[in-house]
Amino acid sequence: MSDPEAWRPSDVELGRRAFRRRQTVGSVLVGAASTIVFAVVVWLLVVNTPGWARVQQSFFNPETWVQAWPRVFEGFLLNIRVLLFAAAGVAVVAVAVAALRTLRGPVFFPLRALAAGYTDLFRGLPLIIVLYLIGFGIPGLRFTETRIPLELLGTIALVLTYSAYVSEVLRAGIEAVHPSQSLAARALGLSRGRTLRLVVLPQALRKVTPALMNDFVSMQKDVGLISVLGAVDAVRAAQIETAKAFDFTPYVIAGVLFVLLALPMIRFTDWWAARLRAREQQGAIA
Amino acid sequence: MSGVLRAEGLRKSFGRTPVLQGVSLELAEHEVVTLIGPSGSGKSTLLRCLNLLERVDDGQLWLRGEDITDPRADVDAVRARFGIVFQHFNLFPHMTVLDNVTLAARVVHRAPRAEAAERGRALLERIGLVGKADEHPDRLSGGQQQRVAIARAIATDPEVLLLDEITSALDPQLVGEVLELVRELGRDGTTILMATHEMSFAREVSDRVLFLDGGVVAESGPPAQLFEAPRSERLREFLGGLL
Repeated sequence: MSDPEAWRPSDVELGRRAFRRRQTVGSVLVGAASTIVFAVVVWLLVVNTPGWARVQQSFFNPETWVQAWPRVFEGFLLNIRVLLFAAAGVAVVAVAVAALRTLRGPVFFPLRALAAGYTDLFRGLPLIIVLYLIGFGIPGLRFTETRIPLELLGTIALVLTYSAYVSEVLRAGIEAVHPSQSLAARALGLSRGRTLRLVVLPQALRKVTPALMNDFVSMQKDVGLISVLGAVDAVRAAQIETAKAFDFTPYVIAGVLFVLLALPMIRFTDWWAARLRAREQQGAIA
Repeated sequence: MSGVLRAEGLRKSFGRTPVLQGVSLELAEHEVVTLIGPSGSGKSTLLRCLNLLERVDDGQLWLRGEDITDPRADVDAVRARFGIVFQHFNLFPHMTVLDNVTLAARVVHRAPRAEAAERGRALLERIGLVGKADEHPDRLSGGQQQRVAIARAIATDPEVLLLDEITSALDPQLVGEVLELVRELGRDGTTILMATHEMSFAREVSDRVLFLDGGVVAESGPPAQLFEAPRSERLREFLGGLL
């Protein structure tokens, strides 16, 4: 047996590595060049349109930017708060609904049907309609003396809508875990609930993580829709500031803030998916 | 001896674990060569390196004199000239048996559908499974699935057939039908390199046996010599442990 530490790549291997490196560098250069050319062409096209000066004035006005920033940012903090509560709510409700939908046996038919009806209904209903129904319908019932905060109503609407989507993703994940895993766990004497919690769900979550992240990113920006109820979030604040300044720059601010919020999550999703892929491929090596 | 495949100083590590540490071998036309060695000795890795499913860290490979480890080589075209059968069959569960067998002919070699199907049926006839042509693989027994996998691998007349412990995942009573098919292929002149734990089968069908240990070909020779008079202590231990 030769000592692996003593191994030095042969000249042939060094030549192959050099060739692959040259190829990589070449394709990176071609990619960079074509990207720059494309960007410059698009930029020139936009800047040379007849209305560019007006658009620049009313969408990218530095003065309005400075003026509107504090209000829009403050509204954005509300978006983040709502997002965190809604995400937590979705996690609980979606797991519960998914668990209900995977129950077997005729005894559980009502629960199963209820869960199925819920996901059908709320995946079909546009979020904005759910927002109106919850936001104006529940206060209309007047079962509390005090006013229910709009943010809370908006959060409830988000949770109702997104739990329907997320529970379907989770159900797909649960059903993608091979039945033999459940059998093995039940054979050890674990109850149905424990089997789900300790064996099936962890594997299911790993399978559907990219889909869940996708729903989370989607929810990050739908949080902006609570503005239709009148809650002063980033979008609503931008609307108010736009009316004051007579230009659309505040909306651009809100847009930039939402993108900045989503970017880390999107990158994280890609990284996570790559990591899972790497781990699964390791299993294939024997 | 006209070589089909030649390997020289193959090295491969996964992370910090060295698996192959300088494997050299040569396969002659119509030769049946068996690869034996302890679990984890790198038999599967070696087979996957040979048809470029894994990229070697060092060393060279020639297929009929052409350096296939050259980065300019067309990897897909090279792989199409090999057939490989895996331990766990790896049939495509969403396709019928016939579609599994004819996929490469249709898609890679661009054979007309009817022609590929005709040839596919002839192959299934030969392995005695023509009645299952339109079934999906999960309706078949392990032995039948593995025979289909072999048919898939030989459907495009590969120059070298690689068999990776193809009976290890089978029930003992199903092993026979698969080995019988391999025996037949060897008789018909297919060039075969197989990793296996079936020592008596290896002794019976192979022209040559390679003992892989410590990341290198530790011992090689005709089966009679290796099995009757192993030279190294490691091979003696390995064979002794099996009996």
